[in-house]
Amino acid sequence: MDENVIAFEKNQPIETDIVIVGAGPVGLFAVFEAGLLGLNCHLIDNLDKVGGQCAELYPEKPIYDIPALPYCTGQGLVDELMKQADPFKPAFHLNQQADSLSKLEDGRWRLETSTGTVFHAPVIVIAAGAGSFVPRRPPLENIEEYEGSSILYAVRKMEALRDKKIVIAGGGDSALDWTLNLHPLASQVTLVHRRDQFRAAPDSVDKMRQLVANDEVDLQIGQIKELKGEGGQLEAIQIKSSDGELYEVPCDVLLPFFGLKMELGPIAEWGLNLDRDLITVDTEKFETSVPGIFAIGDINYYPGKLKLILSGFHEAALMAQQAFRYCRPDEKLVFRYTTSSTDLQKKLGVI
Amino acid sequence: MSYIVVVDREGQEHRLDALNGWRVMEIIRDHELPIKGECGGCCSCATCHVYVDEAWRDRIPKREDEEDEMLDEAFSVEDNSRLSCQILFSEDLEGLRVYLAPEGA
Repeated sequence: MDENVIAFEKNQPIETDIVIVGAGPVGLFAVFEAGLLGLNCHLIDNLDKVGGQCAELYPEKPIYDIPALPYCTGQGLVDELMKQADPFKPAFHLNQQADSLSKLEDGRWRLETSTGTVFHAPVIVIAAGAGSFVPRRPPLENIEEYEGSSILYAVRKMEALRDKKIVIAGGGDSALDWTLNLHPLASQVTLVHRRDQFRAAPDSVDKMRQLVANDEVDLQIGQIKELKGEGGQLEAIQIKSSDGELYEVPCDVLLPFFGLKMELGPIAEWGLNLDRDLITVDTEKFETSVPGIFAIGDINYYPGKLKLILSGFHEAALMAQQAFRYCRPDEKLVFRYTTSSTDLQKKLGVI
Repeated sequence: MSYIVVVDREGQEHRLDALNGWRVMEIIRDHELPIKGECGGCCSCATCHVYVDEAWRDRIPKREDEEDEMLDEAFSVEDNSRLSCQILFSEDLEGLRVYLAPEGA
């Protein structure tokens, strides 16, 4: 198969009822509410997993304010929501960010992601929480000059790092995993961390310590203060040790791993009415200033808004009612309960 | 009214009314100074990083391990670095002085 055919297939639009931007708890529950009305959903998330903040920030932390769930963990909640959404077969498109949005001639939306996945759908639901998770960038002078060439936040091609002097900054799993993966092919790997303790998997820490003991990896306890280089090419980084001493380490490529932050990203350019970084919606349908685009959960704003998962669930249910009208304009919507409706129970796969 | 003093990243001082039992992060956020507190105060991000004035360092409870670990994701961490969601305001901290730490680029 030649490359053109693959490119063509990749850009074949996916036709669906609703595209949900964000696979956090509210996006997942929206799958359920839409599913009860017979609407199909595709979800996009920039993380490599579902669950949003619940899975990324506090998977092990307790949550006590979900109705009828006196206690659950962040990940526990996500797992249960996945179970609840499962009968409606949601499709997940992870590791990509919702990028551009435009209107098709037939009135539906065309949404394209950062990796080129294209959707055609009558309804877009933004359930993006506090925004997409993106790598946290160190506040170092002139850092943007080096980003993409000498400073990478993710390793796409290991081979490109062969025989380079690599500095890895951070003390978590990403920093440790890449230290272990890259040291065989790099000419030198220096791991820089602010303290001599690592919160990565103990096995990775042991392996790293062994490499340091054998002089195969250089471990520096300190923090990066300054970048040195020219024309986008790093030559060295300046490190400040814990006792305040400044020194330089040669460096071709710097990989900073300081976790993730959240930012609204391309959605900010979609022409929706915003209130600071929040999308304003009505409280009847949770629709934005643009018909057919909804915003639910932490990302929206209306008078009285409370940023609770609970509120997002309610918003998802009301959104689905209006979404049905866009997706099935010729059908009449009848309101039913899961307790008594055989139709809904069939959709849920319980009868 | 009790108060704390917060010095922003431009060096400007702000005297903020403070209530007992509020986290310092919440006090700063309530006064709309630029602090993120992305995780809402459960010590799961590092976006409420502050430096505690030297005069106050030994007067507030020390960092727990969890806070120290989370500071791994912050920048320019110093001995007086704290996550302000982990400092609970009480009258003992009347006049506490903190500096907002730099955020990521």
